[in-house]
Amino acid sequence: MATTLTSMAVAPALPGGFELPLEPRLPRIGSVDAVALEARAGELAKRSIKKESKLQALVLAVRMMDLTTLEGADTPGKVAALCSKAIRPDPVDRTVPSVAAVCIYPNLVPTARDRLRGAGVKVASVATAFPSGQAPTALKVAEVRDVVEMGADEVDMVIDRGAFLSGRYAKVYDEICQVKDACGAAHLKVILETGELGTYDNVRRASLLAMAAGADFIKTSTGKVSPAATLPVTLCMLEAIRDVYDETGRIIGMKPAGGIRTAKQAIQYLCVLHETLGTDWMTPDLFRFGASSLLNDVLMQIRKQKTGAYQSLDYFTID
Amino acid sequence: MTDVAKRKDVAPAPLEWEYAPAPEARDIVRFEERYGLFVAGEHVDPKSGQWFATTSPASEEQLAEVALAGAEDVDLAVGAAREAYENGWSGLRPSERAKYLFRIARILQERSRELAVAESLDGGKPIKESRDVDLPLAAAHFFYYAGWADKLEYAFPNRRPRPLGVAGQIIPWNFPLLMLAWKIAPALAAGNTVVLKPAETTPLTALLFTDVCRQAELPPGVVNIITGDGSTGAHLVKHPDVNKIAFTGSTEVGKAIQRELAGTGTHLTLELGGKAANIVFDDCALDQAIEGIVNGIYFNQGHVCCAGSRLLVQESIYEPLVSKLKRRLTTLRVGDPLDKNTDVGAINSKAQLERIREFVASGTEEGAEIYQPPCRLPEKGYWFVPTVFTNVAQSSRIAQEEIFGPVLSVLTFRTPEEAVEKANNTAYGLSAGVWTEKGSRILWMTERLRAGVVWANTFNRFDPTSPFGGYKESGFGREGGRHGLEAYLTFD
Repeated sequence: MATTLTSMAVAPALPGGFELPLEPRLPRIGSVDAVALEARAGELAKRSIKKESKLQALVLAVRMMDLTTLEGADTPGKVAALCSKAIRPDPVDRTVPSVAAVCIYPNLVPTARDRLRGAGVKVASVATAFPSGQAPTALKVAEVRDVVEMGADEVDMVIDRGAFLSGRYAKVYDEICQVKDACGAAHLKVILETGELGTYDNVRRASLLAMAAGADFIKTSTGKVSPAATLPVTLCMLEAIRDVYDETGRIIGMKPAGGIRTAKQAIQYLCVLHETLGTDWMTPDLFRFGASSLLNDVLMQIRKQKTGAYQSLDYFTID
Repeated sequence: MTDVAKRKDVAPAPLEWEYAPAPEARDIVRFEERYGLFVAGEHVDPKSGQWFATTSPASEEQLAEVALAGAEDVDLAVGAAREAYENGWSGLRPSERAKYLFRIARILQERSRELAVAESLDGGKPIKESRDVDLPLAAAHFFYYAGWADKLEYAFPNRRPRPLGVAGQIIPWNFPLLMLAWKIAPALAAGNTVVLKPAETTPLTALLFTDVCRQAELPPGVVNIITGDGSTGAHLVKHPDVNKIAFTGSTEVGKAIQRELAGTGTHLTLELGGKAANIVFDDCALDQAIEGIVNGIYFNQGHVCCAGSRLLVQESIYEPLVSKLKRRLTTLRVGDPLDKNTDVGAINSKAQLERIREFVASGTEEGAEIYQPPCRLPEKGYWFVPTVFTNVAQSSRIAQEEIFGPVLSVLTFRTPEEAVEKANNTAYGLSAGVWTEKGSRILWMTERLRAGVVWANTFNRFDPTSPFGGYKESGFGREGGRHGLEAYLTFD
């Protein structure tokens, strides 16, 4: 049996570019059943997280947050304020930790880098013709080089959905490879923009493609397209991450982004993470929330858990 | 894993994230100390003078005392049902009958939390299941059959449907209130009156249902509930004035009932045991199939007659499937049925727990490989860890006999033909599952599987509009849909 496989493996490529695999088994992309996936996500969303476990989850959610502003109207002033909030989210309660990163447009990277220096909060920049990704590869790669040079620790790229949806997977793959190369030491998050992919099968395919091409994280959405992150889409991507880990031992992170506005939603995502990948993945190094308005709701809930009372929004800063 | 460990130094992950207890409030339901029989709209003490305790299998505490109906009590109940049938119910305008059924359905919805808590307390099933499955489905059955009550001629055109008379109904302990709904809703919609005997270990929701009947102002005697043990059921089966027996339960008892009724002219439907094959092909959506397998066998602690207790896996995906399944088992939360996060509750009774233990011991003896996830079980009560047997032979007892517990036997196959052969190679034929992305293969399989229900890419899904019932030793007659209505009618 083994000999047959070896001889199969060195066989030349077949016509049409179909290459025989070198692995003992055929690569398995697998498929996703939408009904059952959504049912499972719905089930996990009903977990009831209370008391200590809730406080633990809320604090973790803060530590996992990529505090985001991606507006045409962003200015150095706005970003500086956001950075202060990122370092100390709740000025009243100093036990609340800093968030994981701020996520901004390339032009604002220097401001953020200066403001966050030494604070332990990472600078993440979107790049590659965000949000559409409809630009020549060379420009995208150049953009990535620039943001890394300006001081971004993390790069959030978008895949070329036009290429993906027309079946030119190799183009998508090559582009991610080139961007990864341009990132150097910076961490690469690959945005699939699941709201434009249409099916969970596509989400799974794009996830595997991105991971194979070198993504450190896979991320659901830009936040510019609706629907953005959903629980089932996140579950689908976490399952792909789990399969890659099982097959290769490679550890990839996950970032749902867009549409997560309440602490309750954040806890639902953590339940999905917990029961899919386990506590090993429950760290800001492997899971992030991309959000702009989630933080204050989480802070409000933390204070509620600690004091037993809700406070008005006026007691939480609006940066 | 070393990589993960290294990364943890940078930003430590929590060592454990334990969900704090999240119990559903128990005080929404108040049980009486003692429940008599519900006959002719009244709660009456049993003539037998006998009572027995019903306990919570999760804590072994006594919840209430209920009457044990003897022959005389059964006779009174059947008499009350006959009286109600002759003097009112059968002559009532069908749209009026519908009105009562709609009322019952709505009251079940209104009181669903109370009834769900009662169901979990008395039967041990997790609150998320009684809340999200049992109660909504029970109400849905009443709504569905309420709609048919005044349209029987349209359900069976040119056949002049007429009610049978008094129906004696005996239900099991796995879905107490839902089985009550499956039995009572079509019987009343068709114009019959009923005497229903709930299972010995789970009588409480049926007794609470008597209050629902009172609230709905159902005429006295249309629904009579008699509690008791096997002897009570036997009296009901033997009663000469019962026109129809509907039984859901074990094959053994079902056979005894059929012997008893042979030649008497009493109508009979039986919904008995099962040993369903859940067949997984290598092109399936694997992670979702895992969910279906888990739902198929660990739903309601495996106390499901149509449970997917035999897993047939195509050999080419055997290894990844089994490793995924084992990992998924480690996330199942076994414990307090009233905790909203509990996935697997308590085993219904001590006797059932012993039966499961005996089967599991026989599986190990016969050389199958056992896997049980690490699991902390409560000290009191009846519990069993979700169990998977691999390396199971078709000839093993655990592959042939119904265990009725959270125990899965995994077998393999190579081709679709072999899958069908193995799936059909059983005395039962209640349900089956097929997991494949190929629509044509699903149809090919369903044509060949000898099972009353075949689920495709899902499992344990129920709907009042869909007929349910078995082949071979799984019984005969259908419940649900128009078929279920037919079982309570006679035609010219």
